[in-house]
Amino acid sequence: MKVRAQIAMVLNLDKCIGCHTCSVTCKQVWTSREGVEYAWFNNVETKPGIGYPKDWENQDRWKGGWRRKRNGKIEPRIGNRLRVLAKIFANPDMPEIDDYYEPFTFDYEHLHTAPESRAMPTARPISLITGERMEKIEWGPNWEEILGTEFRKRSRDRNFEAVQKEIYGQFEHTFMMYLPRLCEHCLNPACVAACPSGSIYKREEDGIVLIDQDKCRGWRMCVSACPYKKIYYNWQSGKAEKCTFCYPRIEAGEPTVCSETCVGRIRYLGVMLYDADRIEEAASVENEQHLYRSQLDIFLDPHDPAVIAQARADGVPELWLEATRKSPVYKMAIEWGVAFPLHPEYRTLPMVWYVPPLSPIQSAHQAGHIGWDEKGLPDVNTLRIPVRYLANLLTAGAEAPVVLALQRMMAMRMHMRARTVEGRMETEVLKQVGLSVEQVEEMYEVMAIANYEDRFVIPTTHREYAENAFDLKSACGFSFGNGCSTGGSTGANLFSAKRTSAGHQSPRVQIRRVAAKQAEEV
Amino acid sequence: MSEFLHHLAFGIYPYIALAVFLLGSLVRFEREQYSWRSGSSQLLRARQLRIGSNLFHIGILFLLFGHTVGLLTPHAIYSLFITAEQKQMLAIVSGGAAGVICFVGLTMLLHRRLYDPRIRKTSSPMDIAILALLWAQLVLGLATLPFSLAHRDGHVMMQLSHWAQHIVTFQGDAASYLAGVDWVFKAHIFLGLTLFLVFPFSRLVHIWSAPVGYMFRPYQLVRRRGRGARVA
Repeated sequence: MKVRAQIAMVLNLDKCIGCHTCSVTCKQVWTSREGVEYAWFNNVETKPGIGYPKDWENQDRWKGGWRRKRNGKIEPRIGNRLRVLAKIFANPDMPEIDDYYEPFTFDYEHLHTAPESRAMPTARPISLITGERMEKIEWGPNWEEILGTEFRKRSRDRNFEAVQKEIYGQFEHTFMMYLPRLCEHCLNPACVAACPSGSIYKREEDGIVLIDQDKCRGWRMCVSACPYKKIYYNWQSGKAEKCTFCYPRIEAGEPTVCSETCVGRIRYLGVMLYDADRIEEAASVENEQHLYRSQLDIFLDPHDPAVIAQARADGVPELWLEATRKSPVYKMAIEWGVAFPLHPEYRTLPMVWYVPPLSPIQSAHQAGHIGWDEKGLPDVNTLRIPVRYLANLLTAGAEAPVVLALQRMMAMRMHMRARTVEGRMETEVLKQVGLSVEQVEEMYEVMAIANYEDRFVIPTTHREYAENAFDLKSACGFSFGNGCSTGGSTGANLFSAKRTSAGHQSPRVQIRRVAAKQAEEV
Repeated sequence: MSEFLHHLAFGIYPYIALAVFLLGSLVRFEREQYSWRSGSSQLLRARQLRIGSNLFHIGILFLLFGHTVGLLTPHAIYSLFITAEQKQMLAIVSGGAAGVICFVGLTMLLHRRLYDPRIRKTSSPMDIAILALLWAQLVLGLATLPFSLAHRDGHVMMQLSHWAQHIVTFQGDAASYLAGVDWVFKAHIFLGLTLFLVFPFSRLVHIWSAPVGYMFRPYQLVRRRGRGARVA
């Protein structure tokens, strides 16, 4: 047993209102730069839909994640080491920028300078890459927002597998949910495995996966290998970039920007202990539907004295051990079993988990009587969002764990309603779903009330364990590569003339000229 | 060409070019590693790159390998297996084939860089210059083929390899070996040396980083704070 700690996240989709605050605050902090205008380390998609980049869940097309070989070993789906290198000159499995969207701004200048005319002047989109006018914006990080676009297109969503999807195109039966997505900081990251220059790594102390900006050579294999398509190629710097889990904040004991600013209070951060020796074993189980279970199995009980002893021996600080015992992630993922990994079938053992959303009981049932199952609970199969759809998203299609989670969340509601409105304890229902009164009260506290201290249990990083702080004296702190060198940011540089796109530099003379000409005609 | 200029171009210039090539690469790696990258533009436009880049890289890698081995292997070693005449024929045939493959690929890449608005507008001047230089060098290289076919006994090839071997072994009289060779060889050599000269200032530096080590490393990398990369 080798004990390692990781900061993990849970998103309670039952409470996500799709406001995109997480995406916007993340973007402001991390990707409001040239070269990554198209990149959203965090984006919120409306499901069902094919998402951003288009069709990201289709691994037959993008070859993300891992593949189990006949001999029981796993290798990146893009191929073994030799195949990865063979693709280095032109990667056939890489999305183009149009699969994300061509970044654009608007010709606001025209609103100021347009001459008097019969029609109101409009600000038309201009490409941030070519500086030319774009006729039409075709896609974006939330293009299918609240059932946007036709059902025929959205229904290519891979999570409809084994679902009779045609009926959900009808207005009366349609359903939707939000899915905020970010880097999963996997235990078995495929991006790390596919990086030819070895620039991507997992941090031992907190499990955050980062790209060494100095060492990245822009071979682009990580973009394909990540099944969540959460590594972005910066076309200006020629380097890959990804969600950093806001590590400078995490190190200081603060939540990530997306979590801090979440107005629905759906995000949770906590420490998990896991057995690093069993990662490969857990990722290699034959049946995809067992991957959720096998990942659960490598998490360690932070109350177990043997685990604590081994964790101390492996250098996990005391403060972190204490945090694991209060970890909201541990409670939701393991104690209550209501949180699930996103697409465990990719075999990456992701560490950003999701609580499936409850949804309204179908109107047909509402009219007469709600369907009750044999346990005395509302039948989750009458929920508007098909259970199979959620299972395809969260457990590789295994419905039982998702059903239990939904029932537990319903039982929590029934119990709290009975207690606060009718003044009685709904213990029978709790017994049916395997929860005690204490557990359900805590569940209510953490999931429904969701106080700040309950959502975020983040120990600060113990720098004194690993680094001599005196060496950091007069250092320049956080920077993108190059340490304290100013290269790349000054005008004249011997080695790297900065590539600036026309869209970012020149005034749009041509467009204005066209506008002036039109004005003359008027 | 006067004696002096000849000596300057083929006796002195090679050392200037090689010194800048080596020291420049070192300084850039040390001081400006963030700028050390292949500079792929595949994200912006994959069309033309899929075929162009593969053809170009396969061709140029073969040519690079062929030039290195062909120029620097001493006559005494290869003459055990093959005569100079046969070696020249081998070089003409294999180099010619690789050159044509490379030419097709490079022309596609150059066309794409100049005429695709997305690529053109995001190119640095050096991105365009280096492609144009490589294209010119390749055309010169292909243009040597008819000249080589005119003297099949291999004596010009011997002269060229003597020059190269004398340069890398620091023997002062290297330039004299190029005294009588055709202008096209001289131009090809001069431009080749110029490519070494501009190498550290262009995206060509990614050649140093050919990821051979990937074949031998474990899949997962875990780093501990303050220490180097460590095996999981």
